[in-house]
Amino acid sequence: MRLNLSGHLTDHITYCYTGGQRLERDRPTALFIHGAGHDHSVWTLQTRYFAHHGWNVIAPDLPGHGRSNGPALESIEGLAQWILALAHKLGTERPVVIGHSMGALIALQLAATAPELVSRLVLVGAVAPMPVAPALLDATLSNRDKAHALINQWSFAPHSQTGASSIPGMNLTALNERLMQRQAPGVLHTDMAACNAYTAGFDAAARVRCPTLLLSSAQDRMTPPKAIAPLAAAFDKSIALTRIVLPDAGHAMMSESPGEVLDALWAFVNSSHATGQPPT
Amino acid sequence: MSIHRNAGADTLALHAGQTPDPVHHSRATPIHFTTSYVFEDSEHAASLFNQERAGHVYSRISNPTNAVLEERIAALDGGIGAIACASGQAALLLAITTLMGSGGHIVASRALYGGSNNLLAYTLPRFGIETTFVAPGDHQGWRAAIRPETRLLFGEAIGNPGLEVLDIPELAQIARDARIPLLVDATLVTPMLQCPLDLGANLVVHSATKFLGGHGVAIGGLLVDGGNFDWEASDGHFPTLTEPYEGFHGMDFAEESPVAAFLLRARREGLRDFGACLSPMNAFQILQGMETLGLRMERHVANARALVSHLVAQPLVESVSWPELDSHPDHQLAARLLPKGCGGVFSFSLKGGRKAGAAFIETLRVFSHLANVGDAKSLAIHPASTTHFRMSRNALLSAGITEGTIRLSVGLESVSDLIEDVDRALYAVQKALA
Repeated sequence: MRLNLSGHLTDHITYCYTGGQRLERDRPTALFIHGAGHDHSVWTLQTRYFAHHGWNVIAPDLPGHGRSNGPALESIEGLAQWILALAHKLGTERPVVIGHSMGALIALQLAATAPELVSRLVLVGAVAPMPVAPALLDATLSNRDKAHALINQWSFAPHSQTGASSIPGMNLTALNERLMQRQAPGVLHTDMAACNAYTAGFDAAARVRCPTLLLSSAQDRMTPPKAIAPLAAAFDKSIALTRIVLPDAGHAMMSESPGEVLDALWAFVNSSHATGQPPT
Repeated sequence: MSIHRNAGADTLALHAGQTPDPVHHSRATPIHFTTSYVFEDSEHAASLFNQERAGHVYSRISNPTNAVLEERIAALDGGIGAIACASGQAALLLAITTLMGSGGHIVASRALYGGSNNLLAYTLPRFGIETTFVAPGDHQGWRAAIRPETRLLFGEAIGNPGLEVLDIPELAQIARDARIPLLVDATLVTPMLQCPLDLGANLVVHSATKFLGGHGVAIGGLLVDGGNFDWEASDGHFPTLTEPYEGFHGMDFAEESPVAAFLLRARREGLRDFGACLSPMNAFQILQGMETLGLRMERHVANARALVSHLVAQPLVESVSWPELDSHPDHQLAARLLPKGCGGVFSFSLKGGRKAGAAFIETLRVFSHLANVGDAKSLAIHPASTTHFRMSRNALLSAGITEGTIRLSVGLESVSDLIEDVDRALYAVQKALA
């Protein structure tokens, strides 16, 4: 689905993947936000299921990414405003907002600034603050190949590094590298710089008012589960906070453990209330 | 732009695609000899069928043992993924039919394996797909042969029978300019000697029957996708990838995955409907071979070099065709694109025509007389009395073969035994011509 967000931050064509289904008024909506240097396709093995099981799926390509044109936006706050504008444009009511990595920061900021919009929040592979290693930030400008290699090295579990895949026949690190290569020069740097500069994570977490799932992976070297504890502690104790750590994946868990990620999301969105315990 | 490798080629050849079996802790890749896979429930079944979840449904479409092979070759070649097929021919056909239907056109190197030539020149035209053949080194010829309906450029990394070296970087540029993918048959080089995707190709096929397996016991083919072609930026020339496919839930493969659209379609349509899947037993056997691929290719190259050096000095040998020789027209190109060696296959021509060729072949003891290449054992064939025996002298010459041409696939035996075998056969030629 392509639409024009005229008058809302950017005046460019925006692409949203909908899982091959039309958006229907009477359905709940899940809004999936991709991470740095990516596009909607990182969610393919979760979004398609939602779209064929009674949900509206909106998985945009962020500005300057994938099929959406215009310049990449330079701040997490700006990206959250852009998502808000997109949700208004589509008439989306109370979506579950699911973000990965940089997308998780955007989702967090959105849930804090527009709590009336977000019904539930899922942060996949998220820490806040999300400092980017200087070597990586430099490489996104000076040597994209090196940046992509570093990202893969820190994003994938060891077995994925040597080509084992839960998606039969696919080489996941190469798939990720090619996806990053497709983004225009400068986009990855803009994304990483936005992550690096975002300091409002704890404040944002404290303002979240909806049930929240923190989904992480034991072998994630980009946003390790241990580093998530301060963010988890920043949420108000009154909100239902669920934490799940997947054992066999790294930061790229949507492709490394696609079924486990889907199961965690599906159980969370369908739980009648969040209890603070992992849904069963 | 090539893909970063997370380990060396020898490490990937041993480990890529496989982690020890989590149930039984088997170190070797298990052979999953099953046609089908039990669903958890009807909901799980439906989501697998609709590609909402990853997993195996039926072994014609995917199989865990085959997946290890696919992931291993993809890791070695720098591809985003691969599909294992019943043969190299099946892999080539799968690539073509995924990209085009009736009305499509291919520009291909003239220096092709006979089976590929048969497919392109004789069989595919029956289904409305035409091919224009050009000399592999005629770059202007490649450009000139491209038509509005051209959907693929195709050549072999090392051609047949003259061992022409494909100038992949140059052809990749021609392909990019025309927004057409370049497919390379890398059977004779394997990822140990050359990775065409790193040189700009978009797709690779292997006859895994040859060097990848190495043992000569299993037929198989592999189709590898570089994920480096933008199907959506090609003026709608690839509707199989960029438009909804009613045959698979209306899926628009490029929308689902801009990077992996080709493999999605190839598996969901081509493997499903044409059915040329690989047996998991063959996948296992090819994997066993691939574990030693690096060591074997080094020996193939070393033995071939020794035999070439020996043959060029023999008075009964008219010429030796081997890109590492100064006399080969692609010598400089080989030095640039194949610095680790030009593989284990070469041809030479005997003085004395068919009679000499026949005498040579019939005297060999270590070399086996058969129509294959890439075995651990040394192989030989005399095209004028076998694969090309109906052809006249002039027709042979136009195919780059003389009546005395012998093709050798040099194996892993002790090189002194191979030289002794060749010398014995040359002596028989001398006697036959006396």
